[in-house]
This record gives sequence, C-alpha cells and structure tokens, in this order.
Amino acid sequence: MPIKSYVLHYEESKREELVKGLQKLQGCEIIPAQNHAVIVLVTETETEELDNKLYHKLLEIKGLKHVSLVSGFDTK
Amino acid sequence: MSQKNIDRRSFVKKMATAAAMTAAASMFPGIIFASEQIENLPNGGNLEWKKGPCRFCGVGCGILVGVENGKAVAVKGDPNSFVNKGLLCVKGYHQTMCIQAKDRLTYALVKKNGSYVKTPISEALDIVANKMKETIEKHGKDAVAMYTSGQSTIPEGYVASKLMKGAIGTNNLDCNARLCMASAVTGFLTTFGADEPMGCYEDINHADYFITWGNNMAEMHPVLFSRMLEQKNNRGAKIIDFATRTTRSSMAANKSILFEPQTDLAVANAICYEIINNGWVNKLFVEKHCNFSKGSTNIGYGTEDKFKFKDKPVGINFEEFKKFLEDYTPEKVAKYSKVSVKDIKYLANIYGDPNKKVVSYWCMGMNQHTRGTWINNLVYNIHLLTGKISQPGNGPFSLTGQPSACGTAREVGTFTHKLPKGVVMNEKHRRLAAKIWKVPYENIPSKPTYHATEMFRAVDRGDIKFIWTQVTNPLVSLPKTSRYRPGMEKDSCFVVVSDVFPTPTSDVADVILPASWHIEKGGLYGNSERRTQHWDKMIEGPGDTTPDAWMTIEVAKRMGYGDLFPYSEENHVEEIYNEYIQFHEGAKHGMAPLEVLKKESGAIWPYVNGKSTQWRFNAKYDPACSNGEDFHFYGKPDGKAVIWQRPYEPAAESPDQEFPFWLNTGRVIEHWHTGSMTRRIPVLHKAMPHAYVEFHPDDAKTLGIRNGEKVKVTSRRGSCTLPASINQRGLPTKGQVFVPFFDESMLINDVTLDAFCPISKEPDYKKCAVKIERV
Repeated sequence: MPIKSYVLHYEESKREELVKGLQKLQGCEIIPAQNHAVIVLVTETETEELDNKLYHKLLEIKGLKHVSLVSGFDTK
Repeated sequence: MSQKNIDRRSFVKKMATAAAMTAAASMFPGIIFASEQIENLPNGGNLEWKKGPCRFCGVGCGILVGVENGKAVAVKGDPNSFVNKGLLCVKGYHQTMCIQAKDRLTYALVKKNGSYVKTPISEALDIVANKMKETIEKHGKDAVAMYTSGQSTIPEGYVASKLMKGAIGTNNLDCNARLCMASAVTGFLTTFGADEPMGCYEDINHADYFITWGNNMAEMHPVLFSRMLEQKNNRGAKIIDFATRTTRSSMAANKSILFEPQTDLAVANAICYEIINNGWVNKLFVEKHCNFSKGSTNIGYGTEDKFKFKDKPVGINFEEFKKFLEDYTPEKVAKYSKVSVKDIKYLANIYGDPNKKVVSYWCMGMNQHTRGTWINNLVYNIHLLTGKISQPGNGPFSLTGQPSACGTAREVGTFTHKLPKGVVMNEKHRRLAAKIWKVPYENIPSKPTYHATEMFRAVDRGDIKFIWTQVTNPLVSLPKTSRYRPGMEKDSCFVVVSDVFPTPTSDVADVILPASWHIEKGGLYGNSERRTQHWDKMIEGPGDTTPDAWMTIEVAKRMGYGDLFPYSEENHVEEIYNEYIQFHEGAKHGMAPLEVLKKESGAIWPYVNGKSTQWRFNAKYDPACSNGEDFHFYGKPDGKAVIWQRPYEPAAESPDQEFPFWLNTGRVIEHWHTGSMTRRIPVLHKAMPHAYVEFHPDDAKTLGIRNGEKVKVTSRRGSCTLPASINQRGLPTKGQVFVPFFDESMLINDVTLDAFCPISKEPDYKKCAVKIERV
C-alpha cells in the first residue's frame, strides 16, 4: 500500500488549472505553497500498479514543470 | 483495516508530508505552507524520538529517530539542533531505511576453500586475532595494518589507534579521511599550526558574501546551502560559485565563475596581487599577526611507489611576496585560467572591501588536488592579508565530507602520523599517549609509515600481509582501483573487512565481520564546525552484528592486550570517551563532558568553563588567546599565522592528443560516497539508479554522442562504460567530463590516477586525462 510524497513545480499562470486537475485524482492530497509555484503532493494507493497509474496520470496534467519524488513508503 | 493499521498509515502519510515540505523548504528557503497543515505534522504519536547526529555527511545535522516496538520507523530533523534547525536533506530523511536491506551482513563469514562459511562472531574474532598475531610473529609488526574511516565513531577510532600504535607498536593505521580532507589538515597546520576551522556555521548568519571554491554545496552540503539561500533571500547576502563545472550550486548562486582545472592556484595568487596592488591589505593585522614564508617548488606528484617528500620552509618578507605575485597579474592569469580579468578583479574586490564580510567554503575541489595543501594555504593568504578571519561572518571554512572526519580522523588521529594529541614524531606527544594508554613509551614508533595510497601499494607489493578495514569501502573509493583491487585479491595479504553490507571490498575478504549500523550502537561524531555530538544506542542490530569498537576490543583482548582495554561491553562508549578527552584537556582543545553532550545537540570545542568557543584565535571569543592582542594564532610558537608563497604548478596529468579530456569525479545528492547504504534505500536508488558521464553539449555534438548512449571512458589506467548525460544534473566545461563515483557497477576509480599532494598525501580525483569512445 504505497504512500509517496512529491514536490511539484508548476507554471505560475497555471496554478488554478493544476490544482483542479490534482483534486480530480483519487488518492491525492495537495498542499500548495503560499509564496512559491510549488505544491506538496502526497499520494496513497492500494497497490504498486495503482501507484504507477496515478503517477502517469499526474504527468499528463497541464502546467506541471517538474515532479520530484521526495519519499516513498509501503505500509503493507 | 484495523484501527492500528489506519493509525500507522495516517502517521506514515504525515511523515511523507513532512519530508516533502522540508525538501521544498530546502529548495525555497522561506517557503510558506498553510499553517493548519504544519500543525498537522506528526508530533510523535506512540513513537519514542531519540536524538543523534545524521549518519551521512560532515555537516552533522541533528536527527530525531522515531522508534516503535524496537524498530526505527521515522526520521525527522531535530528542531533544537543549531546545525540544521529541523531541516534535513533527502539522504537524511531516509537513512534508516537501509537497515532492513535483504543482503544485510548479519553473521560473520569466513572464507574456507574458496567459499564463505557462516561463522559465530566469537570464532571469527579468534581467527582475526590469531592471524594478526601470527603475521606479527612471522613478518614483524609493520606487516599488519588497519584502514579505518571518517565515518568511524570517536570510540572506534580511539581503540583502533590504541591497539595499533600503543599495544602492537606500529603506525600502520590510516583512514579514508586521507582521501577527502588531509589537504585541509596540512593547510591548517602549515598556516596556523592548529587543525580545523576557526569559525562555525553561525558565520552564515553574518556574512555578506559566500564564495565557494570548487564546492557544490547544493548537493554535498544541502542543509548548509539552504541556510545560505535563506540569507540570500532575506537580507541580500550573495553567493559566488567558483568552480570547474556548472552545478545546482552555480544555478542558485548570484554569480558563477568557471576556471580551467588546477588554475585555482593562479587565480588565488591573482586575488592576492590585486589586494596588494590596490592597497586593500589590512596592514595592522598583517604586521601584528602574520609571517611570510615560502616552501619547495616542483614537488612531484607521488605516482611512484615509496615516494618521499619533505617541505623546506624559508622565511621571506612582504616585499619578496609582493614581487613573487607579479607573475600573477589578472592579465597573465586570465590567459590560462580562462577566468576573465574582470572576474578576477570582481573576486578581489569582494575580499578587498573592508565593509564586506566574506566566508570562503570548500571541500573536495580544493582538497583532492595534487597541490591541495598549497591551495588551502592560498585561500588563507587572502583572508589573512585582508584580516577577514576568526570573526562572525568572516573566515575561511573547509567543510568535511564525512560525519566524523574531524571528530575521529583528525581529533582522535587515525592517520599514520597522528596521535590523539599531536604527532608520533614529537617525543612529548608520544610520552603523553603512552601515559594515558598505560604502555611503555618505547612502544609508539616515532616514524609514520603508510598513508592510504601507499598502504594499498604496500598490500599490492606484498609488504603488508594482514589488513583490517572498518567502515569503508576502499575498492570503490581509492583512486586507481585497477591496481589496488588485484593487489587486495593476492594471497600474500589476509584481508578482514568489517561492514554493514557486502561491498566490492568485502568481496575480496578472508573474514567478513558484521558491523552494527549507526543507531544500533552508541557513539560520538565530530562535524565540520568542531561540534562533538553523542547518541545512545536506539535499536538492537540483527544477528551477530557488533559495534566496530567492540570488535577491535575483543581482538585486542584475544591478542593478549586485555589489560589495556578494560572497557565493559555496556558502557565502553562512555569509558573510552572519558579516557580520550584527557588528551585534549585545556583551553585550546577542551572537549565537552559526556553529560553535556547527552543533553544538548552537541558542543563546539574548545569547550571552556561550560561554554563552546565559536570563533577561535579571536580574543573576544576564545579564552585560549593569551598574547594581550585582539587575535592570537596560538598554534604557532610565535602566535603568528603564516602567509605562504605557493606558485601555480600544472596537474599531474593533463589532456593531450591521445587522451584529450579532463576527467573530474565527485558525488550526487542522492548517494552517500560509494553507495553501499544509499543504493539500498529504494527511494534514493530509484531517484539515481546508476552513474553517468556528463558532457558539455558541444563536445557531445562533436563526438556524435546522444543523451543516454553508452560511452567508454578510458585513461592510461583503465576504462569504465557509462551512459552519457548531456545538460542534465551538471554541465562540465568544454574539454571536461564528469562522473560520480557512487556506483560499484561502474567503477570510475579504475580510470582515475593515484597522484597526490606531496605534503598531505591526499589523492587528486578531480584531474586526469581520458579519451571517450562510443560503445
């Protein structure tokens, strides 16, 4: 049951679009920074496969400049 | 899902959130997240949080390890630590995740008929002790050697030194810190007569300028770099990156200045020329507190076995020094350093402006240098000429790479020439060691034997017939492993390796001893700013894993030295530390008592009258100053620091027609040294799964090399095949390639050259000549 956290860097003008896109994804919790174009994203999925799928969906969201994986845990 | 599992997942999520928020904070100091989110960060839950220093680099961040049911389940930065103030880097957060690696060494392994046999630890230690004794009886005490580490704890280094130098009576003890900061030591000793930086990390809060000399702090010392960025953002402090390669540090700096490898010597002299030529010398400071000296020149590179060198210092005067610098006008130096006249003058201006506070930082770029001692001396020259030293925000600061390169290698003294106080060549120092160790004074030999490179040459030659390595992986980290790996495989030498995980070094061992990892034992480390930090054992290690110090003590007892090692298994860390600190009593190097270190997140020595000394040699802060002046460089008999005349001399090997590229090697943020720990941490391994060779895009284009394509890097010593990296993590200058050395499946040190600084004996991993071929 993977839990991962990421730092997302985005284009400043695309913040709203990006936040909306992320909110639509299941298993995502987002914490946008107030003074930088950065969002902390925490994902929680049931299986490694779902985790991979979620990651690929994430990459498709418009406005994302860079995704850095910070930590990964498996709680099974 | 049970309530317990829900709680655990919720806790893990909070930890993941904390890690990402902290990582963001290290990239963007001052970043603000919604306050309610911060309040939701884990406050411990059912965990017991235990304090200690981080296992990895020399910064010495304070960590809190969350322990639940005897297992380490979380790591966070210690908010009470003066070093990191709660921040950690990506390695720091994940450090404990390697402990559970499937291939962890949990039992001793002894090679029998070509195969490793699981052996009880007690029996393995019998074999080690018997073999050591037998070798000494047959071949003499100088046929046995120990090679330890800047990651050894203070007690581990201390008992190794006591066993080898005090009990056995050989100086065949050296350590991997020789490979990373020996030039800093000789730089300090030749200039100040006293090792280690005079300032501390609080300098970051005061400096107007940070000038980094060949030092990619954003990746190697990320927490300190984030503190610098915070000062840049909050009060306009400036970061100037002076390097041979564009890195993450260059990109975050206010200005990046690139120079041709080895010419830092010439640029430093040019800065001194400008300081003198423009009348920026702090005359009063120099007259009162400095002497001038010159040493031998054309001093060689140590590439031949049994190389010997002794410097011959001669006193000179200011006018002679000034005359010498005429060869280093910015115009002359710009021609071969590839640094513009304007940039040289820009740097000189910063140092020369009496109203600007400047800290110079460096690490491997200056230390791993065939003129490493000289370049250390030259940066000190700049600070001494301008009097910008030993004051808050003003000073030269050599950073260390390993968590206890200072505390253990330098202060305990696990080098061939060192004792816990002073050097083996000094009778007074030998007598003090003999008294504290309770051994006959004659036991301690007065001549150093093998420094690291020469030690492995001696193994290869067959002169050393028994070697015990602890907490280090030389067959990945030594230069020219293409020679030293076959050397260690020879039957002429019995090899004992203590480690936590299997490595290319343990692959050639006759006996492998299973070592406890960091938090499975108690210990003490000393970081770059002279801060000693203690931790208690936090969890039990698996199987027969044993602390390195205790394995050394057990071997010493089996060899008949039990009376010299009367420590108890439960309290040996405390007993050894209390014995050790007798060496440093006094105002110049007094160490904090253990009870203080148990309570606080470390203390900086000299620890005098219950107080850390933050700036040495400055009478305002340092109680050891006794000359009645503002400054007192008491490491030298006359209390004066030395400004050295040191010329530019070329590298041991430079690109030519056959081998047209410089090879520079180094590290990446995700991995610690040879990767034996961090490559077993899934998150870090995934983030940086293998090594690579960086090219300048123009060179890649000329060679027809595309990103990710396999290329062969070949020198006169060996070759290594790696994927190409173009315009990714770092960007070397044209004519240079860069390879990180963490990957044991791509051994770049088969390619490097074992040339070293003749004074410090530290190898130069940053410069040799290679050719590139597409595979």
